[in-house]
Amino acid sequence: MTTLSDAATDRAATPRVDRLGVVIAILVVVALALPFATFRATRIASGTGLRLFDALPAGTAAAVAAVLVAALVTAVASRRPTFRLALGALALAALALGAGAAGAHLTPADNPYARIAPASGFWVGVFAAAMLVTDAMVRLKLGPVGRLVALAVTAALVVALLASGAWSHLSLIAEYRNRADVFWREAGTHLVLAAGSLAAAVVIGLPLGVLAYRLRKLRDPLINVLNIIQTIPSMALFGILIAPLGWIAANVPGAHAIGIRGIGMAPAFLALFLYSLLPMVANTVVGLNGVSRAVVDAARGMGLTDRQRLIQVEMPLALPVILTGIRIVLVQNIGLATVAALIGGGGFGVFLFQGLGQTATDLILLGALPPVALAFAAAVVLDAVIEISGKGKA
Amino acid sequence: MIRDLIRPGTILRLVVFAALIAFLLAPDRFAGLLAPLTSNGAPPIYHQSSLVDLTLSHLFTVAVSTLAAAIVAVGLAIFVTRPAGAEFLALSRAVVNIGQTFPPVAVLALSVPIMGFGEGSTRLALFLYGLLPIFENTLVGLSTLPPAVVETASAMGMTGRQRLLKVELPLAMPLIVEGIRLSAVIGLATATIGSTVAAKGLGEVIVAGLLSNNLAFIVQGGVVTGVLAVLISDGFQAVARHAAKRRGVSSGAPPAEPDEQQAAA
Repeated sequence: MTTLSDAATDRAATPRVDRLGVVIAILVVVALALPFATFRATRIASGTGLRLFDALPAGTAAAVAAVLVAALVTAVASRRPTFRLALGALALAALALGAGAAGAHLTPADNPYARIAPASGFWVGVFAAAMLVTDAMVRLKLGPVGRLVALAVTAALVVALLASGAWSHLSLIAEYRNRADVFWREAGTHLVLAAGSLAAAVVIGLPLGVLAYRLRKLRDPLINVLNIIQTIPSMALFGILIAPLGWIAANVPGAHAIGIRGIGMAPAFLALFLYSLLPMVANTVVGLNGVSRAVVDAARGMGLTDRQRLIQVEMPLALPVILTGIRIVLVQNIGLATVAALIGGGGFGVFLFQGLGQTATDLILLGALPPVALAFAAAVVLDAVIEISGKGKA
Repeated sequence: MIRDLIRPGTILRLVVFAALIAFLLAPDRFAGLLAPLTSNGAPPIYHQSSLVDLTLSHLFTVAVSTLAAAIVAVGLAIFVTRPAGAEFLALSRAVVNIGQTFPPVAVLALSVPIMGFGEGSTRLALFLYGLLPIFENTLVGLSTLPPAVVETASAMGMTGRQRLLKVELPLAMPLIVEGIRLSAVIGLATATIGSTVAAKGLGEVIVAGLLSNNLAFIVQGGVVTGVLAVLISDGFQAVARHAAKRRGVSSGAPPAEPDEQQAAA
């Protein structure tokens, strides 16, 4: 289908200035003008903002500024995606290393309680560089394998940055160091909640979807009910489920022993499972519906039984759509598992809500950034898998 | 229209709505119903603030942010589908895809350092996150118009502005309304969590219940928020169906597009 936007792209193929580049350049200038790092005498004291050249030794500051200016020039002057990608990535690296260097430079030898954190200038710079990188990646039109490699390289670089100790003077890492054991325990809980409820939803949702596909009468009522559940705010559903689970724990023999409680992980897990059912069931139905009648008839003509036809023909053809359901569920659950901490269910939300309670920005970041990164990585990986699984059938 | 009103689903919704209003206006009459959920003589009904006030501020927060998000997102989507904004099209698609992987609660938490505690950070988070579904749906609506329609409009001598206002936007309207519905539903959920950053809203009742271990508070806060979200979502779906009818598509806006269900927050 020729679309309006395609036509618009063609017409604008040869303008004089890259407008997106101009926006990115303005952002870089703003980033350089804003404070690069914040210095606080204690963990929750109010901070002083320091610009790039006040936060870093002159040489380092000049190097970071030079890379940022080079990225700015590239954004405006060059249209080659590889250039833009390289300079964007370089700018991200310079910002990350610069932030670490600021931590080391600003931490006074006699005050171990002082906290150094990246400030607004750093974040605006990261945003501008990320835009440059994203735009370049879109223009490069990487295939699924290319995107997976790019994700793996990025993850490896982030791990290397954290493991190298370059950030060890930053307050985010200080918050982590103070609770490293708890952090990994809650990370485990978070994954169990998100992936476990996904697994349960696949085990129950797939057959339910097949059933809804076969039984027309069941389809609309089931999807409607699941739709209503999906609409209920997470905090409300988490809360409402405490009542029946608490009752079960108190009154059903053995329920308490297998971990069913009114509060904690059980209602969170159940809520995530319920939220997951709609995408699983709906996508299974849509995927099976999309299998062409001719193929189904041919399979029937070959003498395949209903079960054989389902497993050998219909399910494989519906796979990309079903995988899309799994992607929606996984990304959604990684995010929603953060809310579980409110009802004692654990996960990264523990740090996020603790941070909110103590107005400790770094603790908020410690709770908020891991789910953001996990959800992003899950989306990239599953998008690639969906594309690969769809290719064999085209 | 009349036939729509006497459908069982509509009647059920009206009954639920009436029950919600009755509970909000005179919660004490329902005390007997909630009393079994309390223990040690704890109060069954939340009285620290009036439930009507909490509901209204909750709805106001969502309405203000969703309206602002709708205006900005539709404007941006129009911009990137015109020749002047074409350079931003590819990037804006990617940004929306990436942005929608962000958990709304993370967006809320991250806006606290910027805006401080209270309604401000909740409204900022709702606005930012609300942009994404509306922008995405408007973009899909504007960029998948039947080419024949657009060509006919041009052939009739319509200017770009006339074509946008009289042809493109009306045709994209069901999808735009669906985007606003998604934003509002996510907003209602995120605003509930906003109570943990001191925004006035119904989450306060749930949080109070969790802190004082009072199941009656948790259930009444949860049920009121849940019912509100379902009714508002239904309302938007009815509007989308109406817009689709005007557009001449009988099937209406599908309630469960598999691609657009990331409503829970």
